[in-house]
Amino acid sequence: MNLALKDIRFKFGRFLLTTFGISLLLMVVMGMGGIYRGLIQEATLIIDRAGADIWVVQKQTKGPFAEVSSLPRNMEYRIAAIEGVESACAFISHTVQRDFQGRVIRMTIQGLPDDGQWLPLLKGRPLRESHFEMLADKSAQLPLGTRIRLGKDTYEVVGITGQMNAPSGDAMVFVSLDDALSIRNDIPAEGIRSEREARVRRFDAMPYGSTSAEHVEILRSASKRPAALPGRRISAVLVKVREGWNKEEVLRRIRELPDVSAYTADEQRQIMLGGFVARSRRQIRLFRTILLIVSTVVMTLVLFMLTMDKVHDIAMLKLLGARNGVMIEMILTQALLIGCIAFGVARFLGQWAYPHFPRRVVLVAADLWLLFGIVVGVSILASVAGVVKAMLTDAGEVLS
Amino acid sequence: MKQALLAENLCKRYGRGDTGVTAMDNVAISLDTGEVVALLGPSGAGKSTLLTALGLIRPPDSGRIVIDGTVVFDNGYKTDVRAFRRSNIGFVFQKANLLPFLTARENVQLPMELDDISGGKSRRRAMELLEQFGMENRQGFKPSELSGGQQQRVAIARALANCPKLLFADEPTAALDSVMGRKVMEMMKRVAHDFQTSVLVVTHDTRALDVFDRILRMEDGKIGEK
Repeated sequence: MNLALKDIRFKFGRFLLTTFGISLLLMVVMGMGGIYRGLIQEATLIIDRAGADIWVVQKQTKGPFAEVSSLPRNMEYRIAAIEGVESACAFISHTVQRDFQGRVIRMTIQGLPDDGQWLPLLKGRPLRESHFEMLADKSAQLPLGTRIRLGKDTYEVVGITGQMNAPSGDAMVFVSLDDALSIRNDIPAEGIRSEREARVRRFDAMPYGSTSAEHVEILRSASKRPAALPGRRISAVLVKVREGWNKEEVLRRIRELPDVSAYTADEQRQIMLGGFVARSRRQIRLFRTILLIVSTVVMTLVLFMLTMDKVHDIAMLKLLGARNGVMIEMILTQALLIGCIAFGVARFLGQWAYPHFPRRVVLVAADLWLLFGIVVGVSILASVAGVVKAMLTDAGEVLS
Repeated sequence: MKQALLAENLCKRYGRGDTGVTAMDNVAISLDTGEVVALLGPSGAGKSTLLTALGLIRPPDSGRIVIDGTVVFDNGYKTDVRAFRRSNIGFVFQKANLLPFLTARENVQLPMELDDISGGKSRRRAMELLEQFGMENRQGFKPSELSGGQQQRVAIARALANCPKLLFADEPTAALDSVMGRKVMEMMKRVAHDFQTSVLVVTHDTRALDVFDRILRMEDGKIGEK
């Protein structure tokens, strides 16, 4: 006769409510762990997906994610010319915030050197045209066919990706490299005109004889002539090292360029984890620890109260000559059942709830097993209070 | 007749100094096998203290208790009281004290299972006991679904589950009407004769004293025969 199960069946409603309450608590603990993992994954997602061996960024910056990095467009050709470089590809990443259909959307615009076939597409297709097409992450909540104005052009969403968020948590949208440059370097016509005029004025101020009328014409001419404004800037250059070449050697050669800094993918990952998201990681880890302590206290209190409710029955069992093991088994079984079922319910509810969280929640099997172990440990620990109470219960309490 | 219980020089005092109360003052009591004895006395006379001492629930300060030839207390417990109680002593109280989450049959079955008697055997014996007390058709009911009298009958059946040498009852009829109270007292008598169990009933109820073989009276911690 299993007394624990019979007692649970007798007070099934209370058992369900208690278990449900603890499961909600565990769901939050689980979610916190998931957010922690999600933060790490988002921080390193594009670094991992890009598959570059070396990231080349503006000199003495830790860009392009941890801080702003700006390189001239032609940097990719300079890098490509270095011995040992298989390919060099411009990388553009910048975040925009727009009001769209009555809501605020934040997007990290990513320039694609290809059609984005490699992206995890949930709906739609990769980019087919060189311009004005966009792949948007599901979290941007821009359905297929949505048209959105960015800079001077309107872009149509042709594909929806899943789980592509920037380190900041914002949804990533992918456009062609040239489009990304256009969006990033969008300067109003009046700004260009003003700059041209400013240049002419500076030109006029130069000593007579050092300028010519033809130069003025050039400064005021169309875009194929020397530009009125500096060239478009990119965020970084992604480098693939040629097979058979030592990565360190290529890195050393790139670092010899006076106007760039270069990092391996691992270094770039460390920059993100050690700097960009380090504070958030520590905060979440601390919060998760506090939640675990709170859960332990709550579970201990709940199980102790459940035991307190049974003091009279425990006294009766003692009077009937029940061994201590009977009471311990009863309390421990209930504690473990509450803990394990609450964990299962939390896992189930989490599966439904976490996708609705604004930040990505990544549940890792190792984390879940660890949490399960902690829950079992906490259940045992929590039942100790109940067991101690049961052991101290006097059989004579039946008479009172 | 064989002696089922012999207790001598039992003393118990609560508190210290001038405020202390002597609950048992050199109490001596014996019960023969199959004997049914009533213990009367006013509140505070020490009846419940004696019952808890004889039932090995709370030890007296001093004295000696022999149950069925085994010295279980001699100025200290001489045996594993819980195990001894499980096999040799049954209790019935004013309230039935049935475990609320078990059915009538399971409540009767429980002491046997605690004594490692197999499920099938304990189930059969529990049904036999319930039949003897006319409760077989209520065997699947939870205590909350039974009347006070029915609960008390189940409690008596439970007390007899392990064929105890002694059955102690503390005011078993206090919560029952006179008809049911008398029935319960008669059950005690039947139990003593059928199961060869010695029964000591602490009671205030003087309406059914005729069923007892002997009546003891306790006052101010001392015991005497009426």
